[in-house]
Amino acid sequence: MNLNELTITQARAGLDKKEFSALDLTKACLDRIKKRNKEINAFITVSEDRALLEAKIADERIEKGEQDYLTGIPFSVKDAIDVHRVRSTGGAKILDNYVPEFESTVIKKIRQQGAILLGKNNCDAFGHGASNENSMYGPVKNPIDLSKVAGGSSGGSAAAVADDMCLFSIGEDTGGSVRQPAAFCGVCGLRPSYGRNSRYGIMPMASSLDTVGPIAKSSEDLAILMQVMAGVDYKDATTMPDAVPDYSKELKTSIKGLKVGVPKEYFEVDGLDENIKNQIKDSIDKLKKLGCEISQVSLPYTKYAIAVYYIIVPSEDSSNLARLDGLRYGVKEEAKDLFDVYAKTRAKGFPEEVKRRILIGTYVLSAGYYDAYYKKAQKVRTLIRADFDRVFKEVDVLVTPTTPTTAFGLGEKANDPLSLYLADVMVSPASVAGLPALSVPVGIVDGLPVGAQIIGPRLGELQVLKVGFNLVK
Amino acid sequence: MITKEEIQKVAKLARIEISQAEEKRLAETISAVLDYMNILNEVDTEGVEPTNQVTNMENVIREDVVVDCEYSQKLVNQFSKVKDGKLIVPKVFN
Repeated sequence: MNLNELTITQARAGLDKKEFSALDLTKACLDRIKKRNKEINAFITVSEDRALLEAKIADERIEKGEQDYLTGIPFSVKDAIDVHRVRSTGGAKILDNYVPEFESTVIKKIRQQGAILLGKNNCDAFGHGASNENSMYGPVKNPIDLSKVAGGSSGGSAAAVADDMCLFSIGEDTGGSVRQPAAFCGVCGLRPSYGRNSRYGIMPMASSLDTVGPIAKSSEDLAILMQVMAGVDYKDATTMPDAVPDYSKELKTSIKGLKVGVPKEYFEVDGLDENIKNQIKDSIDKLKKLGCEISQVSLPYTKYAIAVYYIIVPSEDSSNLARLDGLRYGVKEEAKDLFDVYAKTRAKGFPEEVKRRILIGTYVLSAGYYDAYYKKAQKVRTLIRADFDRVFKEVDVLVTPTTPTTAFGLGEKANDPLSLYLADVMVSPASVAGLPALSVPVGIVDGLPVGAQIIGPRLGELQVLKVGFNLVK
Repeated sequence: MITKEEIQKVAKLARIEISQAEEKRLAETISAVLDYMNILNEVDTEGVEPTNQVTNMENVIREDVVVDCEYSQKLVNQFSKVKDGKLIVPKVFN
């Protein structure tokens, strides 16, 4: 086994036993990136020199016996997350030259432990997409089958982990952007509860839904990462003050007696692949054998989640992205007056999907349409949340497919944004309700990975991870 | 169906120049998306409160004290055009 193929847990053991150094591990990842990135396009920026330097520092730390859990572990970061002095484009040319002078809180926490940054992962521009085809740096290809999409928007992160270019990656999930690419690429990805992890330093998309979550090779690794990432941050006023559980310690405790709900609406979705349905049913049988109590539940407002999502998100997008004007940072187009500077800078620096979202948001928020669209969506959002609140009085977690199909072909949905939006059918509801949800790989259909989604109640990351751990074990 | 004129009006509000080719595609695709949104009209929301946030936290405040921003000069250095530490922009009024 090559070093870059290790999980965090395995690499930690090897580093601590001095079987290999952080430098060996980092070089193995950099070699893999050199060999594969041209084809897969999972990285926009590779920070090789810095990674090698950080690896040497990590080795000194391990030598002194002062290591933390992530010391010497190479990782990468979605490009829509700011890293100090590393180019962060967010997947859009308007920030082609942008180098942040500050660091997002979650990345700071991870790097303080001595994890080694390899570079920045390709993504749909500012998180707008579910196929990674909306990146202005080219699409990410699925490492399992290069003719397929990697998923999005954190497609580069999922592909990098799946192809062993790094041991883990940090992504961002507004409406499925961690879970869906994780499912398409056959890795594990967690969307935490809204407010569990700080979003300070994350390029904002839809502030009432955005979360930042890890992608890794096992639920065990995700538990380790959540331990480091979670908690209150005074720089993000939405972070919850609730105590962070000991995820790793509790992860392997028995799930006997855990109540698992199977929401029937998710299995009645139009276009759900029969083979995926059967794989998820097998997963549920497995949980039953492990002593879980299985029951069918109903979430009748499920089918409205996408419409709610695609009203709220563009609305918040259109105001969040107003900050990108080319004047204070980023790439500016010259023009004679201020209006034209804005209009030309944004015309050139945004891909069409970003423009579409801003225009939808501006339209639905404009006078005369606000009540019909935005307010209506916020009311239906209340009903979707009430659905979940009701079933979580009866069950501990919900198990569903993550996606209705396996990874689709590159270009297949590129000219039909609505069909791409509809592919979010299984991942939007938990997002709209602010709930934690995990995708873990549970099988293969026609050569492509299938993900099972485990949704938990608010701050229910632990039980979600426990079920994920047991499903893949 | 959203018209090309409406697309241009909204694009002006959003400060994005839209080419003719884009205008046609955006009108078509945005119309399809807005049509889809009509599904929400099936839902009776009489008496339902809108969700504005999901954490139920209120009034998250900090001490109102000035703190040094160690990198403020570095942020100014990223401005496209600077004079005396201020951002220079093209004229706003003709």
